[in-house]
Amino acid sequence: MELSVLIFLSSGLFLGWALGANDAANVFGTAVGTRMVRWSTAAIICSIFVVLGAAVSGAGASHTLGKLGAISALPGAFMTALAAAMAVFFMTKSGLAVSTSQAIVGGIVGWNLFSGQPTDTKILSTIVSTWVLCPVLSAIIAVILYKALHLYLRQAQLHLVRTDAYLRMGLLIAGAFGAYALGANNIANVVGVFIPATPFPELQFGGITFSAAQQLFLIGGLAIAVGVLTYSKGVMLTVGGSLGRISPVAAFIAVVSHSIVLFAFASRGLEAWLLSMGLPTIPLVPVSSSQAVVGAVVGIAILQGAVGIRWRVLGNIVLGWLATPVMACAICYFGLFFLQNVFGQTVF
Amino acid sequence: MSRIKKLRLFGRTKDLESQIDQFLDKLSESTVMFRLGVRTYLKEGANGEFEVKLKAVNALESEADALRRIIEKELYTHTLIPDARGDVLGLIETLDHMMTLFEGALWAISIEKPDIPEEHKAGYRKLTNMVVQAADALVLAARSFFRSPHAVSDYNHKVMVYEKEADKISTQLKRDIFDSDLELAQKAHLRNFVEQIDNVADWAEDVADRLAIYAIKRTV
Repeated sequence: MELSVLIFLSSGLFLGWALGANDAANVFGTAVGTRMVRWSTAAIICSIFVVLGAAVSGAGASHTLGKLGAISALPGAFMTALAAAMAVFFMTKSGLAVSTSQAIVGGIVGWNLFSGQPTDTKILSTIVSTWVLCPVLSAIIAVILYKALHLYLRQAQLHLVRTDAYLRMGLLIAGAFGAYALGANNIANVVGVFIPATPFPELQFGGITFSAAQQLFLIGGLAIAVGVLTYSKGVMLTVGGSLGRISPVAAFIAVVSHSIVLFAFASRGLEAWLLSMGLPTIPLVPVSSSQAVVGAVVGIAILQGAVGIRWRVLGNIVLGWLATPVMACAICYFGLFFLQNVFGQTVF
Repeated sequence: MSRIKKLRLFGRTKDLESQIDQFLDKLSESTVMFRLGVRTYLKEGANGEFEVKLKAVNALESEADALRRIIEKELYTHTLIPDARGDVLGLIETLDHMMTLFEGALWAISIEKPDIPEEHKAGYRKLTNMVVQAADALVLAARSFFRSPHAVSDYNHKVMVYEKEADKISTQLKRDIFDSDLELAQKAHLRNFVEQIDNVADWAEDVADRLAIYAIKRTV
């Protein structure tokens, strides 16, 4: 592989690393924060399942991003991912809720504007509508699941110690599913923009063909895993505080709801099943893991009488919806200008 | 053997669950033994039968102590039930203290052998019955804390009712003692035992108050 390819991919890998460092906390943060699961256990399970999700089910959401803007040159993809990573970095620095999904969409629109490609407004509006739909859907699922689990626990009269043991196991399984869903849904943010300009040839391994996209997904998944293993500990330990104190039961429901939503927005299998049943399908779009978790927690809080909701956090999310894509779009546009005119790179 | 133990699914959980149940069983048994011990003393004095009951309460208290240590160690070394661990420990320790109160009262009777006049024996019997009922209601409250925290308040309410009744009986009994023609030293001695027995109900009420908070925390 040429060194330049690695340099151009680095921005995507950096974005993947940041995603792993931050979003692993959405999957395992409450479990680790409430000391129900050890960080090391959480990090290992999370890494394995993120890579699996990315490599096995990453194609659906990536396909939609590809339709928004098919970035045809590697330097262009580099700048798009870098713009997204920088927007994430600045937003995180200023303490605003941030989503890599929104950042990368902003970046792609920036590339479209610079290269003179038309932006498919239908796809764009579908993607934007999912940003609102994702936390709302997560909240609704959380409310239903919480109510059901609460009823069950009351009926079953399990011993406190046994409830605790089952919850621990549940948090691990839900976390593994969450990590898989995170990999499947958010890998598009990390390497999706590189797919049209991918430099990899197809690989054959004992009769199984690995497409260029799958190799990208694997590398991106590994970058996320590295982020989880190297930098997620602090974020996981503090995530409980940012959402307010929640019980292990609520933590479990939040992770399950988050995972169902992320999986629903990534699964081609589910899409096919819904189609075969004649039901409306869910668009395959990368959505924000953080917002799915916050949506679920707010849903449970509303069920309990809206005590302890941090309206500031909610306000930050809405602000993030507007600011993140706009910022990424602007950075990408100006970055491409420099890359083309100062460094003489072909960006489209 | 240890390998077989390791292979059991949720083995540690089941063990801990049974240890907590066993601890509550010991407490429940000790209320029965305490009641029988006091009744035997009132009927027959500090004879062999009374000593048997005292030994039984002693043994139950030691076994409960051992279980309490195992439970505490298990909870902390394996960071089990992290959000309710402090409450469970508080509950187990305060319940354990109630057994110490039973044991202490019987020991005092065994050592000091109070001379209880016939006309006051009914008062002591009634007081003991009421105190034991308060303790039994508390054991039920504690059991339901682990399995159905919503039911704790029902049992707690009974603890309060029995405690109030025990207070009334003990006040009346003390009045009767001090209105009698006994020597002041004997009056003071008899009052001591009234208070020692009544203390158990007071303690049961204190534990029930804490338990109410623990249960609310679990149901939120």
